[in-house]
Amino acid sequence: MLKKIGKEIRKNIDCYLMLLPFMILFVIFTVIPVIMSVPVSFTDFNIIQKPKFTGLSNYTALFLSDKIFMKSLRITLVFAFFSGLVSYVICFVVAWLIDGMPRKIGNFFTIIFYIPSMANVYSVWRIIFSGDMNGYINSLLIATGIITSPIQWLTDGRYVLFSAVIVQMWLSVGAGFLAMRAGLRGIDHTMYEVGAVEGISNRFQELVYITIPSMKPHLIFAGVMQIVSSFTAGTVIQNIVGFPSTDYNAHTIMTHAYDYGWVRYEMGYASAICMILFTLMYCVNRIIEKISGKSTD
Amino acid sequence: MSGIAGKKKSGDIIIFIFLTISGLFMFFPVYLIVVMSLKPQEELFIFPPEIYTSRPTLNNFTEMFEAIRQNRVPFSRYIFNSLTVTVSVTGLQTVIISMGGFVLAKCQFAGKNLINRLIIISLLYQSNVIYIMQYIVINKLGLIDNLSALILPSIASPVGIFLMKQSISQIPDSIIDSAKTDGAGLFRICWQIVLPNQKPALMTLIIFAFQTSWNMQSGTFIFHEEYKTLPTVINQLSTTGLTRAGISMAGAVFMLIPPAIVFTVAQGQILETMTYSGIKN
Repeated sequence: MLKKIGKEIRKNIDCYLMLLPFMILFVIFTVIPVIMSVPVSFTDFNIIQKPKFTGLSNYTALFLSDKIFMKSLRITLVFAFFSGLVSYVICFVVAWLIDGMPRKIGNFFTIIFYIPSMANVYSVWRIIFSGDMNGYINSLLIATGIITSPIQWLTDGRYVLFSAVIVQMWLSVGAGFLAMRAGLRGIDHTMYEVGAVEGISNRFQELVYITIPSMKPHLIFAGVMQIVSSFTAGTVIQNIVGFPSTDYNAHTIMTHAYDYGWVRYEMGYASAICMILFTLMYCVNRIIEKISGKSTD
Repeated sequence: MSGIAGKKKSGDIIIFIFLTISGLFMFFPVYLIVVMSLKPQEELFIFPPEIYTSRPTLNNFTEMFEAIRQNRVPFSRYIFNSLTVTVSVTGLQTVIISMGGFVLAKCQFAGKNLINRLIIISLLYQSNVIYIMQYIVINKLGLIDNLSALILPSIASPVGIFLMKQSISQIPDSIIDSAKTDGAGLFRICWQIVLPNQKPALMTLIIFAFQTSWNMQSGTFIFHEEYKTLPTVINQLSTTGLTRAGISMAGAVFMLIPPAIVFTVAQGQILETMTYSGIKN
């Protein structure tokens, strides 16, 4: 057995050596902490005292008696739909449209779309959505006669989810968008000429038969990034809509985990929440891998 | 760049309108912050707020530097710390991750699938206790209160290696095989054939690495003032009350400048190289 492993390593020694620096750091600083954090969800842990093993009780409590968790699950799915799926499609359309433009204009638009991800300025949305007559949205809507009295965008239970989703969508154009841009730029231009000879006659056919298949790895990358950012939405949003949001209407799974972890110091329960979120994201990822026909391996 | 098939004028106008509206949505909040950072103190609190300033001033910026100067540690020290972190993370990450990404995309060896799975899992796994566990690990290694507590964990970025692996997987195997028959080793193939063709992905990687490390706060890993990073102090300033609204805007805008420059330069790089690189099939 050991001999076999040794032989395998010697055969691919170059591969292992080139991967080694990454693996050392990855295992120490990511894999080990991940493995260490899994058992916490089966304990009662308040950070100060030693964790007490409690079996599955965190999980049963979550599903049987935590009504707010059930609500947060629904709200997370709303976020996943808009700032995940919708935003993903918009990102792709924008990246694709930009790609058809002269380079200078294309680069200009890329910067415009990416700049929110570079700056740490989301707090400005509090001013934009401000609930008095002078908030930017309210004053615009009043000036155009759409509404007559100001709307409490961030505190009225009816609007808080809407506002939160808008902010999250604004935040969600990031890594995925840039990867799509990179993917589009990497496509060999002669493919289009070959396509034209083979009877592709409009941009839509070009998109389906050449563009998307040629940048599939980038699309998969962008998909994973979008899953992560949309399912874990909440920690930024709570700075805008307050914590907890009115009637828990913008309360996501991540916000719920924050609540138990860093407000109540029930780390065991909080990490059980995170484990469920992880399972959810992992399943969604597997489904997408199955649909896209190619595993991310 | 794409598209040689037919285009229509009316379609162009719709596209332009769509891009302008969505562009405004993305850019307006950033524009607001920039304007607010340039507003004099008294204009910040007038109602209704204006979307421009009649008397732009750099007062908020000078006040921010003034406030930082009151710290025991000189301003240049924070800049030095942040630059050390940013340059080491970006440099090491680019080298280590592009090599790793190449191997994971183009080589066959035992354990490859397991590693790829682990990378995906670590991307998806978000736990609030992981930070505590990382603290324990870093503490065990004796790195607390040392800049390498910020640098080392950021190098092996799962996001970065996933991006590089995905992008390199698009290179046809035939190129690599023919280089192998010419007697080139894996290392040379990676650096001389594969990576020069990966400028778009490499630039994206550099942008991510730069931006995340530049914005890195020292958190609980660093407690000595002289090892703290720039975002840490700026964040401390901006969370100390309403009177410092202007300073907080100035801080946000100031922090935005270096990544914006790197981003613009990197974008230009992609443009140049794509016109040169011909090797695809």
